[in-house]
Amino acid sequence: MSDNLQLNAEGKLKHFLTIEGLSKELLTEILDTAESFAGVSEHQVKKVPLLRGKTIVNLFFENSTRTRTTFELAATRLSADVINMNIATSATSKGESLLDTIRNLESMFVDMFVVRHALSGAAHFIAQQTAPHISVINAGDGQHAHPTQAMLDMFTIRQLKPDFANLRVAIIGDILHSRVARSEIQALNTLGAAEVRVIAPKTLLPAHVQSLGVTVSHNLTEGLKDIDVVMMLRLQKERMTSALLPSESEYFKCFGLTEEKLKIAKPDAIVMHPGPINRGVEIDSKVADGPQSVILKQVSNGIAVRMAVMAMAMQKQVA
Amino acid sequence: MKIQINNGRIIDPANNINRIGSVYIDGGKIVSVTDEPLGFKADSVINAENQIVCPGFIDLSTRLRDMGHSRKATFYSEVRAAASAGVTTLCLQPDTVPVIDTPAVVELVKELAEKTGYPQIYAIGALTQKLEGSELSSMLSLKQAGCIAVGNANQPVKNLLILRRAMEYAASHDLLLMFRPNDFWLGNNGCAHEGAISTRYGLPSIPEAAETIALAQCLELAELTGCRVHFGQLSCKRSVIKIHQAKKYGLKVSADVAIHQLHLTENDMKPFDSAYHVLPPLRTEADKQYLRKGLAGGTLNSICSDHQPHDLDAKLGAFPETEPGMSSLETLLPLMLKLVAEQAITLEQGIACLSANPARVLRLNSGALTPGFSADVCVFDPELDWQVNGENWKSQGVNTPFWGQTLKGRVTCTLQAGKIIYRA
Repeated sequence: MSDNLQLNAEGKLKHFLTIEGLSKELLTEILDTAESFAGVSEHQVKKVPLLRGKTIVNLFFENSTRTRTTFELAATRLSADVINMNIATSATSKGESLLDTIRNLESMFVDMFVVRHALSGAAHFIAQQTAPHISVINAGDGQHAHPTQAMLDMFTIRQLKPDFANLRVAIIGDILHSRVARSEIQALNTLGAAEVRVIAPKTLLPAHVQSLGVTVSHNLTEGLKDIDVVMMLRLQKERMTSALLPSESEYFKCFGLTEEKLKIAKPDAIVMHPGPINRGVEIDSKVADGPQSVILKQVSNGIAVRMAVMAMAMQKQVA
Repeated sequence: MKIQINNGRIIDPANNINRIGSVYIDGGKIVSVTDEPLGFKADSVINAENQIVCPGFIDLSTRLRDMGHSRKATFYSEVRAAASAGVTTLCLQPDTVPVIDTPAVVELVKELAEKTGYPQIYAIGALTQKLEGSELSSMLSLKQAGCIAVGNANQPVKNLLILRRAMEYAASHDLLLMFRPNDFWLGNNGCAHEGAISTRYGLPSIPEAAETIALAQCLELAELTGCRVHFGQLSCKRSVIKIHQAKKYGLKVSADVAIHQLHLTENDMKPFDSAYHVLPPLRTEADKQYLRKGLAGGTLNSICSDHQPHDLDAKLGAFPETEPGMSSLETLLPLMLKLVAEQAITLEQGIACLSANPARVLRLNSGALTPGFSADVCVFDPELDWQVNGENWKSQGVNTPFWGQTLKGRVTCTLQAGKIIYRA
């Protein structure tokens, strides 16, 4: 399977659906563009007129506060008009209603959809079906991809550790169900990280995880050795009821990040988390709020990176 | 009505015939192959020069969508597709609406089949009431009404005690069980093979073990109960190995593979393209090669179409929520010929897998050009290229990953019980 859907004829970003298939140059361009926007939020007038007169629809089929808010802020700071739609997914005939929703919004002359959906491939589907002038940004689809989260994490890493070639990154937790993990792994490998290591029990790893280009460990204390970046993933409560894990406390004992365990990583290692965090489940509060944590930095970087992606995808329309 | 099919290459694997000659038909039956019967005066002559004449195809797994889902397809639309594909006998899976679990529904199937002028549609009766896997269906009544076998379609029989009893009961009435092995729990509502592709795209996945464990359980029960079992739509290497071992051990079992499993793998899937959403899922290259080997060696004795036409809406959506299945009657012959061209099997084997072998599974007196047999005949041009497009396609379901492709081999004439049901 290859992916050209998200690039236009000139190889420029048209949709942003997944990291897969994007070049290192393009990812770097996103990071550079984000850097130029990073200052905007600190100005007294927090706006640039780049997308004035454009209408962006945040189409959230799945609940989210943080992601939707940062997308909304990013769009407003680019001077676009934003509509938020929270659509609870109904159990039946989702295909029809998904397409119908898109068709209805299209006829209201919107320019961009930011989509979050509980099923893998939903953003691809919308990008394929929507009118050609509309751009689609994937804000998370099922267990597939969350590319803006990955790029804001790359942005955060680059601010603190600009040399990707010497970077060892550990991703810890529920890789199996994580769209964030898949996009992070692809981004890190594309940017040339020295090693991406996933650390989890087998129940939380996809069957062919090595095929993603990672090394695997089932033991946190061993897995954290020589690590520069520790990425924690959120553990959903339903993993216990579906027999993937015995209990939160046992998970915390094995895979929870404590000050003690963090010492095994490199002394200047940074700790990341896509949020929302489960204190005492995957991460100890002392680490989450500690000096090595960059969790809140990630959140504020989210705005600049999402501004960059939106601006780049709309480049053709704006020019 | 006397019909003479002239000068074609007759390939009739059951009778070990492969030579140029003519086929003579009278009163709906095969009268003679090659030798002209004394005083035979044909009412109709079909010129089959440079074409292949073989027994009509018998499809072990088909869905016509009527009753219940006529927006997807109807008997009328799908028997036209079947006739144009050289298929003269269809086995209808019981997961219609209503389910084929009472004699009345079997009668309805027969009536619809007669009405559309394609009587050879055999219903597979439901193994359990409403396919729910909890209570036995009235299998004897279903058999007496005309069901050719029993099965539970894609629905699981989660409770092995119920499966055991259903198999015992089926065996008591000498009914064949047609079984697609799939463990409900291990299948875990997946939509793609558990491999590199499902990992990369975050698709809920189905391991091979979902198939092989259910297969192993059913093999054990086949021995315990003495029930005749035909395993349908096998998808992986380890299933072929298990069937091979079971046969060697002496169990009376047979197995088929759906035609697309012999050509497509997970790597052929275009990202999130629902045309590739099929159950069991497309697996690996190694599985595909081993299925081909199983076919060549006779472990798998039949190829089915696993025809599942859909309306457009069923395939519009995010991949996991789209409905599985391909519309595949019309690609059956060209894809079988592709196996021959790629030297996976011989042409005789390919034809046998579509005619004589499924006839043997169903214990039908057909699938061969034996004098006295019903004149079910397929005439095809093995060299004719055609494009899979709206102009050439007859099924109401256009859900095929081969859409737009040019395939080689096309049926020119189909006879069912001596009646011409398709002519190009």
